[in-house]
Amino acid sequence: MKRKMKVGVLALQGDFEAHARVLDRLGVEWAYIRRAEELRGVDALILPGGESTTSLKFLEGDGFREAIRRLPAQGKPLFGTCAGAILLAQEVAGLPQPGLGLVDVAIERNAYGRQLDSAVRSGWCALKEGELEMVFIRAPRIRRVGPQVEVLGECEGEPVLVQQGNCLLATFHPELTDDTTIHRHFLELVRMRQTEKV
Amino acid sequence: MKLFQDEQWRVKVGLAEMLKGGVIMDVTNAEQARIAEQAGGCAVMALERVPADIRKEGGVARMASPKIIREIMQTVTIPVMAKVRIGHFAEAQVLEALEVDFIDESEVLTPADEENHVNKKLFRVPFVCGCRNLGEALRRIAEGAAMIRTKGEAGSGDVVEAVRHMRAIVGHMKRLTVLAKEELMQEAKRLGAPLELVEWVAEHGKLPVPNFSAGGIATPADAALVRQLGAEAIFVGSGIFKSSDPERRARAIVHANTHYNDPKAVLEASADLGEAMKGLDVRQLDEKELLQTRGR
Repeated sequence: MKRKMKVGVLALQGDFEAHARVLDRLGVEWAYIRRAEELRGVDALILPGGESTTSLKFLEGDGFREAIRRLPAQGKPLFGTCAGAILLAQEVAGLPQPGLGLVDVAIERNAYGRQLDSAVRSGWCALKEGELEMVFIRAPRIRRVGPQVEVLGECEGEPVLVQQGNCLLATFHPELTDDTTIHRHFLELVRMRQTEKV
Repeated sequence: MKLFQDEQWRVKVGLAEMLKGGVIMDVTNAEQARIAEQAGGCAVMALERVPADIRKEGGVARMASPKIIREIMQTVTIPVMAKVRIGHFAEAQVLEALEVDFIDESEVLTPADEENHVNKKLFRVPFVCGCRNLGEALRRIAEGAAMIRTKGEAGSGDVVEAVRHMRAIVGHMKRLTVLAKEELMQEAKRLGAPLELVEWVAEHGKLPVPNFSAGGIATPADAALVRQLGAEAIFVGSGIFKSSDPERRARAIVHANTHYNDPKAVLEASADLGEAMKGLDVRQLDEKELLQTRGR
């Protein structure tokens, strides 16, 4: 029996609505997640862009951070973009609180500079033939990639899209373009994990 | 619309998207900026005096000193915004050279041009502008604003004007969606806004840029109120650092703003907060004391 998938979008602060719009376009059911107990009903979680320091505030207490940390092991994939990627990384310099530490990469926040250095660039992506458009906004940079981590996208010679098991991490914003390649890849991962569970 | 395909425009509106669901706090020094960031503010607005003091002390209110803005930029990692006077494109050039992340062309400062606003398309730094109604909002977007906020009545601590302006904008957008296409030209004329923006709003029922609220928000319940009325994020000016316990109030407003649809969370945030800013009843103000009537 095929069960319908439902994707959670962490809606504490940031561009959660942009992710929801992409999921709508792809015809996938979704729900905004603002509390730990709301995670029970979803098969995956997207951590949107925004300010990582703000989102981290809300992960303190109520076991919220731990509840998210347990998802990948339960076969529920995570996808973080920009600030969401910062939350997923194992090593982040200058973050006031610990993040989720699920992906073996080192990330530097605001590594391109200020808003003036934000830009639409294009780069290589293993999931797509030809160039992929990538929107970088006050973006972080991946400075180290662990041996278990697969690089799926690069821009100007640096990794910008990586995956480790059930966690997908992008330093740019696929949700701000019309290209749904990355979201479709993530949903495919969610679907695979669902079939394994049945 | 052609404007929306422009890369510069997409990157500007992109940063505005990242601030959604957040609280942007007025700060006048690096120490306040640190408190705002630690409380969970998603950005800070650097200025020399908060609106309540500008109102009280009078005089010409100008762009903050670059020295203070730079200190704030060096202290926090969240985006730093700063205000310029309406129409003062040279102040905006200075802020762009300083590399602030967002510029607020603001009625809170004394206007430099009583006819014209800054041509915001000439800048690479995104702009936010205040408005009281849909016509103003669309004129500012046509000039290149990447974010719109209600004007409210800054420095009053009275939320009534922010509510009036948000209802005016949201209500007008709803009405546009039911008009026939041939009625939109007259509507554009009445609004004093470009037809293609009016058509876009009629089709989508919302603004093409994020729509935030400002001007009089002082309590967690105020935050929940304007968010439920349609604001996608909030600016809090004097409300935090003019209260008796800024740190606690900042955290409480951030909490209520994220859980704006959950009365229990707003209740939790409202308990034991100390004194809110005293505030001014907007109805007791003279017409000439109003900040919201600046700019057109």
